Amino acid sequence: MTTAVIVFPGTNCEQDTEYALNMVGLDAELVWHRDTDLSGADSVVLPGGFAHGDYLRTGAIARFSPIMKEVESLAATGVPVLGICNGFQILCEAGILGGALVANQDLKFICKPVTLRVESTDSVLTAAATVGQVLQIPLNSYEGNYITQDSPSHNGDDRVVLRYCDTDGSLTAAANPNGSTQAIAGIANSRGNVAGLMPHPERAIESILGSEDGRVLFESFAASVSSVTT
Amino acid sequence: MTDQETPAHIQLGMTDEEYTGVTDLLGREPRPAELAMYSVMWSEHCSYKSSRIHLGRFNSHQPWVVVGPGENAGVVDLGDGWLAALRIESHNHPSFVEPHQGAATGVGGILRDIFTMGARPIGVWDAIRFGPLEDTRNRYLLEGVVSGIAGYGNAVGVPTLGGEVEFADRFSKNPLVNVMALGILRQDQLVLSAASGEGNIAILLGNATGKDGIGGASILASASFEEGDEEKRPSVQVGDPFEEKKLIEACLELYDKGLVVAIQDLGAAGISCATSETAGNGGMGMDVNIDAVHLREPGMTPGEILMSESQERMLAIVQPDNVDEVLSIASQWEIDASTIGSVTRGPELRVYSQGTLVAEVPAASLADDAPKYDRPSRRPGYLDEAWGREPQIPEHLDAAYVLGRLLDDPAIGDRSWISSQYDHMLFLNTVVEPGHDGSLLRIKGTEKGMAVSTDGDSLRTYLDPRRGAARIVFESALNVAVIGARPYALVDNLNFGNPENPEVMWQLIEAIEGMAWACEEIDVPVVGGNVSLYNQTDGTDIYPAPVVGMLGFCDPMPDQPPRLDRAEDGMSIWVIGQEPKGDFAASAYDRIINANLGGRPLDVDGDMARRVIAATATLAYEMPVLHDISTGGLAVALAEIAFKSGLGFTLDELPHRDLFDETPLRVIAVGPGHSLDTLVPHKRIGTFTGDVLDFSAAGSISLDDARTIWSNALPARMH
Repeated sequence: MTTAVIVFPGTNCEQDTEYALNMVGLDAELVWHRDTDLSGADSVVLPGGFAHGDYLRTGAIARFSPIMKEVESLAATGVPVLGICNGFQILCEAGILGGALVANQDLKFICKPVTLRVESTDSVLTAAATVGQVLQIPLNSYEGNYITQDSPSHNGDDRVVLRYCDTDGSLTAAANPNGSTQAIAGIANSRGNVAGLMPHPERAIESILGSEDGRVLFESFAASVSSVTT
Repeated sequence: MTDQETPAHIQLGMTDEEYTGVTDLLGREPRPAELAMYSVMWSEHCSYKSSRIHLGRFNSHQPWVVVGPGENAGVVDLGDGWLAALRIESHNHPSFVEPHQGAATGVGGILRDIFTMGARPIGVWDAIRFGPLEDTRNRYLLEGVVSGIAGYGNAVGVPTLGGEVEFADRFSKNPLVNVMALGILRQDQLVLSAASGEGNIAILLGNATGKDGIGGASILASASFEEGDEEKRPSVQVGDPFEEKKLIEACLELYDKGLVVAIQDLGAAGISCATSETAGNGGMGMDVNIDAVHLREPGMTPGEILMSESQERMLAIVQPDNVDEVLSIASQWEIDASTIGSVTRGPELRVYSQGTLVAEVPAASLADDAPKYDRPSRRPGYLDEAWGREPQIPEHLDAAYVLGRLLDDPAIGDRSWISSQYDHMLFLNTVVEPGHDGSLLRIKGTEKGMAVSTDGDSLRTYLDPRRGAARIVFESALNVAVIGARPYALVDNLNFGNPENPEVMWQLIEAIEGMAWACEEIDVPVVGGNVSLYNQTDGTDIYPAPVVGMLGFCDPMPDQPPRLDRAEDGMSIWVIGQEPKGDFAASAYDRIINANLGGRPLDVDGDMARRVIAATATLAYEMPVLHDISTGGLAVALAEIAFKSGLGFTLDELPHRDLFDETPLRVIAVGPGHSLDTLVPHKRIGTFTGDVLDFSAAGSISLDDARTIWSNALPARMH
């Protein structure tokens, strides 16, 4: 069984994500958005990029790609599903996760390392981390501002798993880079098998790239895959 | 803008002599479509007619050069079957007319030059120049250019890894936007543009052809600007990074499967250029059916279709047996493709519309027979007067005051306002990111690394084009050496004013001489370049602004390359290289404190350059921090290390002027211990410690205060 990495036209982080998945022992396979069969996959990742050019609205066209029906049904059966950046935007747009991503508060693209605090370990993204752990991971988005009208601790049925914080782990206005509601950087569904985050953990998996803090998130995902399938 | 009385060739930007050249060549009056083709292909932008005779001065020969100037990009050998492709281009005039789209399409164009060679583009660097930010319009231009580069580069999925910015009054009405791109490929994937094989098929891939950008090369890029030229906005193309992303993936798959004989991107002059160059380069001809081109809008004339500069298009030459597979790969990547012609024995390029011949010209003549001008040159009258305005530097300085003023300069202050808008991490290759002297990329799966730095210095070049241009070559070499790479290949972008002004021609010729000499001194081949002339608005020429893009190479790459954030408490500070010689002409001190631009920049010693660059690249394997001393001198360079490392320093007593002296070929080294093992002159001058920038008797400033000034310099002006 493999981890399906979904590639839409305009996706650009598929190879980086494949690289990171391989590092934690998962066998990644790139799957084109017009495919309709994920029977060989025991887990799914929607990587970052600009699916369909982000035209109309980020994720708005991608949610209608043929593969998304299959992603939705796997998510419903409890298979681990992860959306990174654009992948998170697509999961929200498809209604698989709640809330929405809008333009950053200062209307500029932001590419820089940010610090995140682990808020919950009940998800495929954070299972191997510890609550309160601070991770340095790059952010790279224009529409990274997460909005929700629900309560911050329990965003509808979803739960918050990562928040933007300062290097000490405190939630300060200055540490929230894009204006996200309650500094939310990542969420999971109530079952914990579907998670999404705006920062790019695959860009923080080796010290030579500046941080290895993303590795624990991929290790969480890998552990979740094996616990579901064994 | 058009006038019934004006002859067609004049409206298209051609002189009477050039028109006569066309009629002589064809032996008849050109048809309208033919005239359109020659007008663009013989424009300054496409033909380099004013500079071509001087460009031969550049030496492009070294054993590691695989493809030199003349193709879409230069290609060098990195060993073990790896090649790198590099190229630089300007998009100056379009960016003034419409900054966002002008800069965006500049990125798109340079990327096509890279993947045309078979390479995957892996990085972009931008060298940009504007007028002072106190002027609202200059802020608008900077904002638009940066958002255009970010919008295109991020979405197309190629990281923007660095660059440089300069502000000076003469760029107010003529900003410069130069973009360099780098790609890597395996040796067997190299593709060239020469069509071969009679009967092979020409397939146009990508975007539909529309009326955008018609005359972009001839009218916009090859003439000076005057009041009211905003009307030229329709000549600016519109970029679609999504289309380009799909095109990149489709083309890379075509190369991977060996399905193309040759390929050419469509840039300036669109289909005219791509068909004539592929055919002409291969010594062949081509028959083109213009009706087969997929169009964005109806009612385009054959001339418009041939000249359109619609973006994101490629022309692939394919064997007949492979056409179906090529079309199927295009369809898989959701890009349009149309079969528009076939390769003939030549030498004519024949274009048909509705079964009628609308153009028949010798294919190679569009490129090869373009006029070449040996334009008159004259040493500028301003030089003696400027050299006489010597920088006045007092013996005693308040270092805190001077440094504060310098750090508040938007070209010296923190530029992360720009670089944080660019994705600079994609592909997981970025080992040293923007904010350092150069950027360092690893090649995954190997021990190899590539470093890139783009450099320009228009004010110093204005004061002495030869010395100024030579110095930017050495500076770019040091910028890659400080992160462990040895200078390996260079591309240049020559941005100058109106070549019909003999003083501008003199600047151009002198700058070429300086750059060519400097490259020879350090054995760096010039593998490609771009010339942008007519950077003149309302009669004022820009400061001469040659820009270089230096590729450095290391194998193995240092395990821990030097970085500005690696200084630790108690580490020693050395300066290696030349003794300071009092070089203040075009220095930040003279510009900012004295509001002066004068004096003559010092000459550079080629032997010293070679030694310092080599010694620096060697030290990069052991030193935690290496930093080139350039704009603002020693004080600014040390402050930059302090900000990144979060640590102050104390310096020994130095002559105050040495702190801001911009004598070239000097590098700061920071590391443990008290002695440095290197063959070049060096001197220990202080220690990193505490939270104060302590310049001994020249004064001190707290790390936090200095960093606040530095951090706010650019963002505060952009609010």
